[in-house]
Amino acid sequence: MEFKEKLLSSYLAFEDGLDLTDSVHQTRANALKIFEQKGFPTKREEAWKYTSLDALLQLDYALFPKAETSINLNEVKKYFLYDTDTYKVIFIDGVYSPFLSNTTHDGLDVCLMSAALTKPKYRKLIDSYFNKIAAEKDSLTALNTSYAKEGAYIYIPKSTVAEKPIEIIHFSSGIENALWLQPRNLIVVDKNAQVQIIEKHQSLKEHPVVTNSVTEIYVHQDAFVDYYKLQNDLDSASLIDNTYIVQEKNSHSSVHTFSLGGKLIRNNLQYFHKGEHIRSTLKGLTILHGKQHVDHSTLVHHAQPNCESHQDYKGIFAEQSEGVFNGQIKVNKIAQKTNAFQQNNNLLLDDKATVNTKPQLEIFADDVKCSHGCTIGQLDEEALFYLRSRGIPRKEAKALMTYAFANNVLESVQLPSLKKRINTFIANKLGVNLGFEL
Amino acid sequence: MLTIENLHAEVEGKEILKGIDLDVKAGEVHAIMGPNGSGKSTLSSVISGNEDYEITKGNLVFKGTDLAELDAEERAHQGVFLSFQYPIEIPGVTVTNFIKTAINANRKAKGLADMPASELLKKIREKAQLLEIDSKFLSRSLNEGFSGGEKKRNEIFQMAMLEPALAILDETDSGLDIDALKIVANGVNKLKSKDNAVIIITHYQRLLDYIVPDFVHVLFDGKIVKSGTKDLAHELEAKGYDWIKELA
Repeated sequence: MEFKEKLLSSYLAFEDGLDLTDSVHQTRANALKIFEQKGFPTKREEAWKYTSLDALLQLDYALFPKAETSINLNEVKKYFLYDTDTYKVIFIDGVYSPFLSNTTHDGLDVCLMSAALTKPKYRKLIDSYFNKIAAEKDSLTALNTSYAKEGAYIYIPKSTVAEKPIEIIHFSSGIENALWLQPRNLIVVDKNAQVQIIEKHQSLKEHPVVTNSVTEIYVHQDAFVDYYKLQNDLDSASLIDNTYIVQEKNSHSSVHTFSLGGKLIRNNLQYFHKGEHIRSTLKGLTILHGKQHVDHSTLVHHAQPNCESHQDYKGIFAEQSEGVFNGQIKVNKIAQKTNAFQQNNNLLLDDKATVNTKPQLEIFADDVKCSHGCTIGQLDEEALFYLRSRGIPRKEAKALMTYAFANNVLESVQLPSLKKRINTFIANKLGVNLGFEL
Repeated sequence: MLTIENLHAEVEGKEILKGIDLDVKAGEVHAIMGPNGSGKSTLSSVISGNEDYEITKGNLVFKGTDLAELDAEERAHQGVFLSFQYPIEIPGVTVTNFIKTAINANRKAKGLADMPASELLKKIREKAQLLEIDSKFLSRSLNEGFSGGEKKRNEIFQMAMLEPALAILDETDSGLDIDALKIVANGVNKLKSKDNAVIIITHYQRLLDYIVPDFVHVLFDGKIVKSGTKDLAHELEAKGYDWIKELA
């Protein structure tokens, strides 16, 4: 049976035990219809021209993880960014792990989507935000919506600064042979509130796992969201990350995406502006080797005047790895004085590595500042000679320059321990310990 | 220290050096002068191991070792240093981190452990003072946005840190105003000892007023056509290079 058929036919089983009279259920059922109509995206679609899901869809994935799998804290501690001092919402094979988590309702809500979707006290918020931000017509998003049940639910009330970062971590244990996960996150940051979030997907042993994740983020007036995606999973894991952000006036939202490991990663990151004087920051650092494949598809929709967006993606590709960058900027006619910047720089370290990069600007306003640039290149031999003439061996000189290339994406990371952690990731990935921090 | 015999070298199949002979002993300062395109910078590139240049004939021996057999980094480990005419900008690597990496790479090649941080910092402070370099300058990205003078001063700072046996200063005077020139020359003079040697490659004799050479060689069309003392530099300054062309 084709995997699509399995998803459709398993839906009845999924509905079992859910409240079918509920409006959320209607949303799910509608989403399933969209997925049924559209199916999985193929390379015939422009947005998926360079990324194929075909190979992934050959396997028979388990859709319903078994009841909570227990994992020893010591086994997974190393994946936490902070041992203590963060809120943690942790899932194992898609199931919430109260033992590993540290949630709160004290002043802010850091809890579970399953609770938010079912408990009456969250009803108003769910009605206002759930599936209101995500692109309804996107087939993978629709698929996630139809099975939406669990994930992180975060609400930061008005004028509240979350004093600790929030870590959302999805572990896959490897108990199921092949697993398909569909976490659904909703994050609402009310007026003048601030939050920092770190999201990570991690397999604990080599096994095929595909995560089709949807995160909706609503950033109210004057609020600030600082979001970090750490994609450094095993080579057997794939991730389709769909993140949708709506911003109100004077807000700032920043997403850093670090794609350092995994089989196939697709990031759909979309921003929509609902007010003036909004700032949107999108930063990405991709460092791949082997046959890894990462596809960044971004959209910044400038729908209001006087807003700015800043996009800076860097990629470093070794061996036979493949990178795709598709950066779309839309500027509505009324969005005058838009300042949109987009940059994508790529370094190919080996002959067989490939990158496809495509800026896509649709500008209907006439008084805007939009700039974009993309480069694909190799390390500068002249610069390498300069370093070598000072006694730095070729391999180290290359690593130093590669490191330097990646540097400015790290500069804007606001959490010092996270910055240090990523530095270590990168040093490991480059196979050289430079013995200093940039 | 450095013995060059009948050295021929080419770049992209074009012969630039056509039989150079040069003998540099420890404690000596040699100046190599010559008109544009005579092969001055090629000579410095060939000695320091730039792979764009190919030695086709002759010998290049440094302290008894055949340099032609060594990579650029290995030549640096032997004590060869080139102050670049056009230093490369490396955004994202600070001057301090760069120098630390270079020093420790050289120590590693000699089988030594990394230089302790306190010792390194002391040395950096001392050499920065010698070249009148502001400490803020050291935390900037290497050569990025530096003025011509700052780049050259940074080259000599690296030389001071690495303490090479043979330093080749390729057009170090170009882009320097007179004050910067004096600072750089003073730095080089202070670093000079009976154990090391300096080759100054220059178009003008200006720098030679401050770093006095023991020998001056005139390079023309890939060959040394005349050698002499510092008086030769003055003669070139007064008479230009045309009479040299007739010697060739």
